[in-house]
Amino acid sequence: MATLVIAEHDNRILKDATAKTVTAASQLGAGVHILVAGQNCGAVAEAAAKLAYVEKVLVADDALYAKTVAETMEALILSLADKYDAILAPETANGKNYLPRVAAKLDTPQISEIVKVIAPDTFERPIYAGNAIQTVQAGTGKKVISVRSTAFKAAEQTGSAAIEKVAAAADPGTSKFIGEELSKSERPELTSAKIVISGGRGLQSAENFKLLEKIADKLHAAVGASRAAVDAGFVPNEYQVGQTGKVVAPDLYIAVGISGAIQHLAGMKDSKVIAAINKDEEAPIFQIADVGLVADLFTAIPEMAEELTKLGT
Amino acid sequence: MKVLVPVKRVIDYNVKVRVKADQTGVDLANVKMSMNPFDEIAVEEAVRLKEKGKASEVIAVSIGPAQASETIRTALAMGADRGILVKTEGEVEPLAVAKILKAICEAEQPGLVIAGKQAIDDDANQTGQMLAALLGWPQATFAHRLELGETSAKVEREIDGGLQTVQVTLPAVITTDLRLNEPRYASLPNIMKAKKKPIDEKTPAEYGVDAAPRLKVLKVSEPLGRQGGVKVKTVAEFVAKLRDIGAL
Repeated sequence: MATLVIAEHDNRILKDATAKTVTAASQLGAGVHILVAGQNCGAVAEAAAKLAYVEKVLVADDALYAKTVAETMEALILSLADKYDAILAPETANGKNYLPRVAAKLDTPQISEIVKVIAPDTFERPIYAGNAIQTVQAGTGKKVISVRSTAFKAAEQTGSAAIEKVAAAADPGTSKFIGEELSKSERPELTSAKIVISGGRGLQSAENFKLLEKIADKLHAAVGASRAAVDAGFVPNEYQVGQTGKVVAPDLYIAVGISGAIQHLAGMKDSKVIAAINKDEEAPIFQIADVGLVADLFTAIPEMAEELTKLGT
Repeated sequence: MKVLVPVKRVIDYNVKVRVKADQTGVDLANVKMSMNPFDEIAVEEAVRLKEKGKASEVIAVSIGPAQASETIRTALAMGADRGILVKTEGEVEPLAVAKILKAICEAEQPGLVIAGKQAIDDDANQTGQMLAALLGWPQATFAHRLELGETSAKVEREIDGGLQTVQVTLPAVITTDLRLNEPRYASLPNIMKAKKKPIDEKTPAEYGVDAAPRLKVLKVSEPLGRQGGVKVKTVAEFVAKLRDIGAL
């Protein structure tokens, strides 16, 4: 039986996390199908059909799925579950929301946030904020797995799968989407950016985050933050990088005024190169930084902006 | 309305976790244990609902070893009314926890379950959602703000791109995110009072649940270490070094 991957998208764009989850799914050794649940999401289905390993794209195009609501997603995925041995979703806020409901109804334990497929039934996943790695083997029965997308390469766009319509499932009617406030930004998304520059408590104010934004714009980087900076209200919650925020693994992660609590490290320590700017020479962030600058960020950051301008970036 | 709050005993979030040499797990001997931080936020929210007159009783439930009664006492000291300890040995997977909680919900008939969004030991982020599904209830995970009405709750949730508001009919399961509230410290008089509050002791069997793990943990290992690199003193050196290694 095939493996079903649930697509993450916004009805216009198929998110990168989906292509990465497809790669993880392909390692289970069976054919991969993708479910696109949305409204007017044809472009997303077409993008999904182009991904390598994908044999079939299922599209549930209905007003019910205009927004990803856990209860309606549960019903839809369960209506298709019979045909699949394994169901995978990326570990996004949406995936985290609906996937455990599916596992519970299938009476199967979910394996959360895998970072490696050792064998089709054996996986590695981080526990204790990534301070330990658990190797876990699934029992018999269906597998329900969420995937830490930063740990897998995106599937290439070499496929041409068939697109098939599937019917919407009944609406449980217990939950209603009211609205959302999404931050608008021209910068790349935090979880898929090649460079991330994050600020911590050391930034001292929301105003000072603009210093980082200047650098971010020069480098085409995303801006992130530590929990301390979010709790202090300098930036909104979606900036948070860490154990309970977003997990990122860019080519370059620049930590500015971040001391490096284990909960923060959990969200960025798999970055290819880590650079840190902190005035405290003893800050734990320096223990894992490939390049550390011991300096006051309020002089270092403007200087860095100049330096980058000189280099023409 | 009754509010049920599941609380988990975990390694304190400040403790540096060590993997056991035989790779069977992490070392729990002589390590400080505390209530899972997200569960503290859940207890706080429930107690605030009681203080506002919106909840009639707050019940703290813990599923774990005998020492989990200390975790329940902490919840009682924060203002929960009574506790239920479901004694288990060894690891209990989120699905089994959800099944036990489902049975407790059927017995207690709460209008709301407020749970932490994840425990900081297994980082699974499953129990609240599983419980809601097993009960056929709606859920509002990663709650940032909760507005409780008579028959429904409006919840602002932390999502990837910002905040989302959903309305769920009651009964429902809410899971807490970091910024829902700031949990109180229990005062000494309240800690003393908590000692007199009742804790019921149960077993999974009494709820008809088999709590044996279904996944097999083959090993628990150290993550690949990361060594610190160079420290530089000037911005010019910093940028040059990053260019040298091809990062800029």
